[in-house]
Parts: sequence; C-alpha cells; structure tokens
Amino acid sequence: MVDVALRGGSLVGDQVVSRSKALQRLRLMDTVFRWMTKLSAIAVLLLLSGVIIALVEGSMMALRAFGFSFLLSEHWNPVTDEFGAIAPIYGTIVTSFIAMLIAVPIGLMIAFFLTELCPMFLRRPIGIAIELLAGIPSIIYGIWGLFVFAPFLQQTLQPFLIATFGSIPLLSSLFAGPPYGIGVLTASLILAIMVLPFITSISRDVFEAVPPVLKEAAYGLGCTKWEVFRKVVLPFTRVGVIGGVMLGLGRALGETMAVTFVIGNAHRISASVLAPGTTISATIANEFAEAVGDMYTSALIALGLILFFITFTVLAIARYLLLRVERRIG
Amino acid sequence: MNSLYAARRRRNNLVTFLSLAATAVGLGWLVLILGALLWQGLAGLSFAVFTEMTPPPGSAGGLLNAIVGSLIMTFLAVLVGTPVGILAGTYMAEYGRHDRLTSVVRFINDILLSAPSIVIGLFIYEVMVVPMGHFSAMAGAVALAVIVLPVVVRTTEDMLLLVPDTQREAAAALGTPRAVIIRKVCYKAAQTGMITGVLLAVARISGETAPLLFTSLNNQFWSTNLNAPMANLPVVIFQFALSPYADWQKLAWAGALLITLSVLALSIAARALAGSRKQS
Repeated sequence: MVDVALRGGSLVGDQVVSRSKALQRLRLMDTVFRWMTKLSAIAVLLLLSGVIIALVEGSMMALRAFGFSFLLSEHWNPVTDEFGAIAPIYGTIVTSFIAMLIAVPIGLMIAFFLTELCPMFLRRPIGIAIELLAGIPSIIYGIWGLFVFAPFLQQTLQPFLIATFGSIPLLSSLFAGPPYGIGVLTASLILAIMVLPFITSISRDVFEAVPPVLKEAAYGLGCTKWEVFRKVVLPFTRVGVIGGVMLGLGRALGETMAVTFVIGNAHRISASVLAPGTTISATIANEFAEAVGDMYTSALIALGLILFFITFTVLAIARYLLLRVERRIG
Repeated sequence: MNSLYAARRRRNNLVTFLSLAATAVGLGWLVLILGALLWQGLAGLSFAVFTEMTPPPGSAGGLLNAIVGSLIMTFLAVLVGTPVGILAGTYMAEYGRHDRLTSVVRFINDILLSAPSIVIGLFIYEVMVVPMGHFSAMAGAVALAVIVLPVVVRTTEDMLLLVPDTQREAAAALGTPRAVIIRKVCYKAAQTGMITGVLLAVARISGETAPLLFTSLNNQFWSTNLNAPMANLPVVIFQFALSPYADWQKLAWAGALLITLSVLALSIAARALAGSRKQS
C-alpha cells in the first residue's frame, strides 16, 4: 500500500526500510502538512486582525488629541497640527454616491442586455470586454481622467451644466462655480466607469441563475421582455443585485489613484459638484509620503482607519447578501 | 385594449434601446481609454524607455529602473503570497471543508479581496517601514504579497472543490496518505485553475500604486537593494503624470501603456488557460 506513495522515496536503494518506520514517517508528514495548511488559513485571519490593530495603534495619537471632534471638524491644517476628517469623509461618500447613481442603472441595463437580448455568439465577447474594464489598473483611469477626460468635461459638460441649471434656484448651487475640469463630478464619473463592470458581472451572474421555467411561464402569459425582467427576474434576484451593488460601492469608497488624479485635493466641503474636493483615500495618497510630524501621520492613519471601517461594513453586508443568494441557489 | 398593447410594446422597445445604449456606453469607455492610451503611449514609447534610467526633470530618459523594480517586487510578492495562499486554500477545500474556521476564513478572505489597497499600504507602513526606519523595496513587496494572498486563496479553494471526490477516494483506496493525495492527485487536477489564479493575482498587483506609495516609495536611480527604496512603474507614473514637465508626462504615458498591455496580456492568458481546461 504505502509503497505506492513511496515510489521514488526511501524504498529505492539497497537499504531496507522497515514498513512500520515508513508508515510513521508518512504519518508525520501528513500531520505536518495538515498543520501547515491550517496555520496558513489562520494567517489569513491574523492578517485582517493585524491590519485593524496596526491602524488603531497608528491613529491612537490623533484620536486621543482630537477625540470625537476629529470626525466633525473641517479644519485640516498641518502647520498648526489641527486635523478634522469631515471634508474627506464627505467627499468619499458624495463621490461614491454619485458614481453609484450613474453606474447602477447602466450596469443593470447591460446585464439585462447580456442575459435577455444579446445574440448568443456576442454574449461572451461583450462580457469579456466589460470585464476587461475591471482589469485596467486604477492609475490608468487616473492618467486618462487627468489628461483626456477632465479637459473634455471642462469644455463640454460642465459649461452646459452651468448654463442650463444656473438660473434654477436649488440646482444652481449644485452646479456653481467655474468649470475647472477636475473636481467632485469628474471623480464621480471616473468612479462610475470603474465600478460598472463589477455591477454588470455580478448582476449578470445572478440573472442567469433565475430558473428558466419562471421566465418561460411569464412569457407564456404574453409578457414582453422588459415585463419579464421587471416583474420576474428583478424581484427574484433582488438580494443578489443589492449584494453586487454593495460590492461595487465598497470598491468606489476605497478607490484611490483614479480619484487622486482628478479630484483636486481641496480640504473643504462645497455644495457644488464642480468644485474640487477630496476623499479619504486621495488625502492619504497625496499627503502621506510628505507628512512631517507624528501628529500629521497619525491623523492620516486615523483617516485610513475610518475608511477601513466604512468599507468593511459595506463589504461585509455585500458578502452576507451574496452568501444568502448562493445558499438559495445551491 | 389595443392602445394598452401598443403602450407595452413601446415601453419594451424603449427599454431595449436603452439597454443597447448602456452596452454601447460601457464598450465605448473601453475603446476610448485604450485608444487614448495607445495614441499617447505609442508616441512616448521608444527604445530609450527600455534602456535608460528615469531622468531628472527637463531631460530625456527611460524607465529601465522602474520596469526592473516593478518586476523584482512583483516576483517577490508572488513568491511570498502564493505558497501561503495555496496552503490556506488547501486547508479550506480539503481538511476543513465543513469547519467553522473555513467559513470564517472565507468571509475574511473575501473582505481582504476587496479591501482598499491604500489601507494595506498603511498597514505595511506601520508594521515594516516604521520599525525599520526607512522605506524599502522589501516593504513594497510584502504589501503586494498581502494583495496576492486573498486572490490565490480564493482560486485555490474554488479549483480544489471542483476536483471530484471519487478521485480522492480512488487514491485513498490504494492506501495513499492524505497529504500525498492532495499533492499528487488534487493539485494535479486543479493545476491549470491554480495557475490561472496566480496569473490573475499578478495582473492585479502589476498596476497597484496605492500600497507602494509609502512602502517602497520611489528611487530615481538604479537600485536592486531590497533594503532601500526602489523605483517602480506605478509610482513613477503617478509622480511623472502630475508633474508640469512634458518629458515626464510623455514617459508616464509610455509607462501606462506598458502596464496596461501587460495586465491585458496576463488576463487574456488566464482566460485562455481557464478555457482550455473546460474543453479538455
């Protein structure tokens, strides 16, 4: 029996190894291998706890000094060592929110097209092309956004928005100010392009998991494709779609390089989406390497901690929802 | 009755048109981005890019030290991240398939998989750069390894779970020990899938910038010292693109083109591998 496992092992050669000894060695090897795999699995857990501990420890100084007001203050002054996180937090949430507002409908429509309308032979190539969008590194989006997209917006969309909404009371403050090109809106649009493939591919997967019988029954009643999608597919896959959207949101919240290039890095909250702003990740990326003084560094790490908690919560909810879908299908 | 039917048809047509438009928008972005990248990148690409060092502002040069630095750090990251990832994935799929530990690790791993990479950078800064007292290529490689790990764990587990249990049982019936079954039977069956996972992980880290910004930092000169800051493509692109110098911006575009082409090549290779496995 064990000879099979030992072929090429210690039975070769003129030495005669007793069977029991060989068995013992195998058992030892088995245990060692088992523990190596188990320790590696535990290492994954330790990694996440390590991240949390390191961030908490690094941000302790800033959190002690500013306490709760760190979350509420808009001041960000490295010279006087005064730091408040509300502007980056606000920027992170607003850019992600606008990005989702754009990406969710488009992503769902593409998934609808891919699962219901698209001819079979085009489904795979189009699906792959959309997924390639997800593979492009975020710094590429950044450099493209800065040199191509932002100047384009500055000349077309932004003047149009200002001219169109400038005289309408509420909207005029939303689209106030000169067209800089870079700013909150540009960052949101780039984010929307970046999360689009995540939303598309997850919703496509859950749409495809809808039992054909359900759809066929609705078609049998004379429903149009849109009605089947709206009244049968969407309600059936609601949880999975929300999970996919949350996953995309998690990406958008933590996205760094693309946003850093185009948001303008201004520590203030402004009502206009055309004005420059900042996000948590952009602040860290821009300022960390040049941060002098322990308090400055600590404040930036505290920002990282906040970002981690926001994304952790969003991702945990997303995974939980998607897990529920998997269980129901499986 | 008739008008209701017409309205439903109209709505269906409208939505069909909208979904077509949405798909066109999605594909259009891809074309626009790749087009701009090719246009600007090819203009900046020259032989010197591969043979000369990153220049000081205002003079010509190449990206050689950054390309080599990126290769070294990517290689080290895969070297560190892959074995741990494969072992952890093995535990989840083989030994502890129904364990509490496995489901917890799977959940945590999925979160690590999409955690913001800049946070990983901060983490490595705290545990490596601060104790060592300076930025180093080693820290950069470890930060990238932390990003490789969850990708490899995920694909290893998924691929091992696809191996039919009958194969394990057949090997076990011959008296083969568990560890040997896993290495000689399961790994062999799941090989292509696991390689695909590693390729995807390499694709993922080759463009990562945020975790390198404050771990490996950057180096204007040729350096292969792992204990010192090392040049790397993403950070060079970041620095050069945001600079006011035309030469630097041109190099940034060339670097961006190089990264994108390698990422696309890697993901296409991974897909081809995965596809060939399905057919056989």
